[in-house]
Amino acid sequence: MGKLKSVAELESLRAQVLAAPDRPVVRVCLGPGCLAQGADKVSRAFKAAIQERNILADVQPLIKETGCHGFCSQGTLVNLYPSDLFYVQVKPADVPEIVDQTLREGKVVERLLYADNGARYRSAAEVPFYKLQHKVILKNVGLIDPLDIEDALKAGAYRSLVKALTQKTTDQIIDTVTIAGLRGRGGGGFPTGFKWRKVVENARENPGPVFIVANGDEGDPGAFMDRAIMEGDPHAVLEGMAIGARAMGAEQGYLYVRAEYPFAVRTLNIAIEQARALGLLGQDILGTGFNFDVQINRGAGAFVCGEETALLASIEGRVGEPVTRPPYPVEQGLWDRPTVINNVETWANVPHIIDHGAQWYAGVGVPHSTGTKIFSLVGKVKNSGLVEVPMGITLGAIVEEIGGGVPGKERFKAVQTGGPSGGIIPYEFKELPPEDLKLDKVGLQPRGFMPMELKNLPVDFDSLAQAGSIMGSGGMIVMDDRDCVVDVARYFLRFLEEESCGKCLPCRLGLKGMQEFLNNFSQGKGAPADIDALASLGMALVDGSLCGLGRTAPNPVLTSIRYFRDEYLAHIVDHKCPAGVCRDLITYRIDADICNGCTLCAKNCPQACIAGANKEPHTIDQDACIRCGVCMDVCPVDAVVVA
Amino acid sequence: MSSSENSATDVINFFIDGQPVAAEPGWTILETARHHHIHIPTLCSHPAVTPWGSCRLCVVETRYGKRVQVIPSCLNPPVAELEVFTQSERVKNVRRWVLEMLLAECPASREIKKLAAAHGVTATRFAITDPEEECLRCGLCVAVCNEVVGVQALTFGSRGVKKVLETPYRVPNNACIGCGCCVSVCPTGALQKRLDTVRGDLSRRTGHGFAH
Repeated sequence: MGKLKSVAELESLRAQVLAAPDRPVVRVCLGPGCLAQGADKVSRAFKAAIQERNILADVQPLIKETGCHGFCSQGTLVNLYPSDLFYVQVKPADVPEIVDQTLREGKVVERLLYADNGARYRSAAEVPFYKLQHKVILKNVGLIDPLDIEDALKAGAYRSLVKALTQKTTDQIIDTVTIAGLRGRGGGGFPTGFKWRKVVENARENPGPVFIVANGDEGDPGAFMDRAIMEGDPHAVLEGMAIGARAMGAEQGYLYVRAEYPFAVRTLNIAIEQARALGLLGQDILGTGFNFDVQINRGAGAFVCGEETALLASIEGRVGEPVTRPPYPVEQGLWDRPTVINNVETWANVPHIIDHGAQWYAGVGVPHSTGTKIFSLVGKVKNSGLVEVPMGITLGAIVEEIGGGVPGKERFKAVQTGGPSGGIIPYEFKELPPEDLKLDKVGLQPRGFMPMELKNLPVDFDSLAQAGSIMGSGGMIVMDDRDCVVDVARYFLRFLEEESCGKCLPCRLGLKGMQEFLNNFSQGKGAPADIDALASLGMALVDGSLCGLGRTAPNPVLTSIRYFRDEYLAHIVDHKCPAGVCRDLITYRIDADICNGCTLCAKNCPQACIAGANKEPHTIDQDACIRCGVCMDVCPVDAVVVA
Repeated sequence: MSSSENSATDVINFFIDGQPVAAEPGWTILETARHHHIHIPTLCSHPAVTPWGSCRLCVVETRYGKRVQVIPSCLNPPVAELEVFTQSERVKNVRRWVLEMLLAECPASREIKKLAAAHGVTATRFAITDPEEECLRCGLCVAVCNEVVGVQALTFGSRGVKKVLETPYRVPNNACIGCGCCVSVCPTGALQKRLDTVRGDLSRRTGHGFAH
């Protein structure tokens, strides 16, 4: 198949693909979560089983390795077509049974269905985890084979590009995106249409090339939204970029993908090659005279290169350090030319807006935050994974209904949104005494105030900012009573300290300094006044740092001080860690009434500091104990308690 | 405001700490303040090189309409009617913390001690890692070597808290012409001790390659 020279040729190819005979399909999720649980082995087992049995030759089932299905805690996930059966926790050993029972006989393998609260669910659509979701961006992720452009065409890829090329002027494209109300999904929430318009205006004043960049340098711990898009539906990103290029008159696009995503790079490279082969990228696309090509730039492992000015420096081959704005990239970006830089998820939104129209898009979500947003829901929830929800859904709905609540007997405590730079917001309403707004006393602006229960907090750009957190790129970490906010804040600071570029002093020295405070607190040292000192140091970072990394880094500390000051005080004044996490403030004890003397703890103790005869209650030598918690983990009767 | 200042059409009139000031086009807020003898402390600013904005001591609070920001004055040009505050609480908070942290970072530097004391910071709560350290990694020496001298004998190595000033490949190098520009721009005098690690032992330098 050669290059497509016109829109008609594309549509005839699409018709040809759609007319292909219907075959049963086994969709094996090859997302990062399932892959870690051996999804590739499951897929191989399917291929081997079908070949081996050969009975299915007449049906020819297709084994499709797809992107992330989202329900990561139940991996490996397998979706069947046309029966729409949804199997969870599939192991390679289960595959022959699925082939024999379901593919050949059409019977359901009951034990592989998702079960919750006694109910079994046949198809994915019925599962509570999927029911409340609204899939737009992720619709094709998990459905199509990301390595096959024909499968993408079948699902409607490049339909919007055709529309943008043939039915819309460049101004109309930008207007559509503006009216749709699309805001940057990388975390900033900047109106995308406005940004595009600026680039066009700046290019008009200063004629020359403009560039477009997709930011796929997703570095937040525990976040994999962009990865799922790039690995599951790469053509959506390319199509979005092509539409943007058409609107702004760009001929070259750059896709900046982080080094830790080799699968995404491989998938995107194949997608780009296939698109080029069909003439959907390159010179004279579909005979319309529109030229556009995309190049992949791999990051080198620096978190800070996700910051736009550092990212552009990295593409240009300079050291990945942020520079001050203004000038903004829309004024002077790559090689001092106007450059638009949007997140991968933002680009993936564009084809849907062009396809369905601005009004449809603006109708999803809430005013000022339209459309859907993908979150990676992780931490202390039963159902963890990728969820796509309309903006404005309450946090309670995400955490309790989609997430299925907390797995153990503990209670929800807080949710951290927006990755390491986000805020920790309490799940239950906390009455904040007026003097708690201590930051005002040093003349600083109070940041964030949450007047309602988190359960009812709408998840949109503005409400999250009001609560002192950020949307960020969409990380959502759920914490329960066994998570210590001091420890969590310390963890994120350590991550950001490691990833700071070190250019400006408040960030380089301040992240280290804030950790010194928190390290003291976690050892029970310090005075209550130090909490306020830490908060004002945090404000110095917010006001003084050069780029977004330093300016948002204190968020976990500032919000946890605001909402969980009592927990900080417990560390400092009572020398206790209420959550039982901070090692210097806790002791492990064996409850003699519960202990059945199984000796498991003694066998596993790395310090060999647990004594006790077989079938007799054991004791821990507190002087030798390093508080690693292994005894607690291995105890079959929960006799080890932490205090 | 005097009429002579208003006569030049492209002069930018704005306010620093309530005082009307005028900036020539192209001036930054810091340059304007200095021109009007308003003191703003800096460590990483030098007229010989492009502003880099690493020390953040020159931050000022600005108000323009409803928009209130804390920005570095060395990098930002003023706009007409902008109100700049060099001594607001937010500004002082940044300065005091940066100086307190610098006391721990560069404990051997007399200049930093003096500057900190001038802002009321005489002691530090932070841990001192190297009592002999003077370098604050402001980047002036790297910039002057590159922009003014036109060579790259000096560079930053590593990243973040591990960031250090070093020579390429950590060996004394040929590119250094021993001009001493880096020493003269260094705000703390840290380069004086390090110059020999940059240019190497001059007695062993041959002019063709570098013998050592």
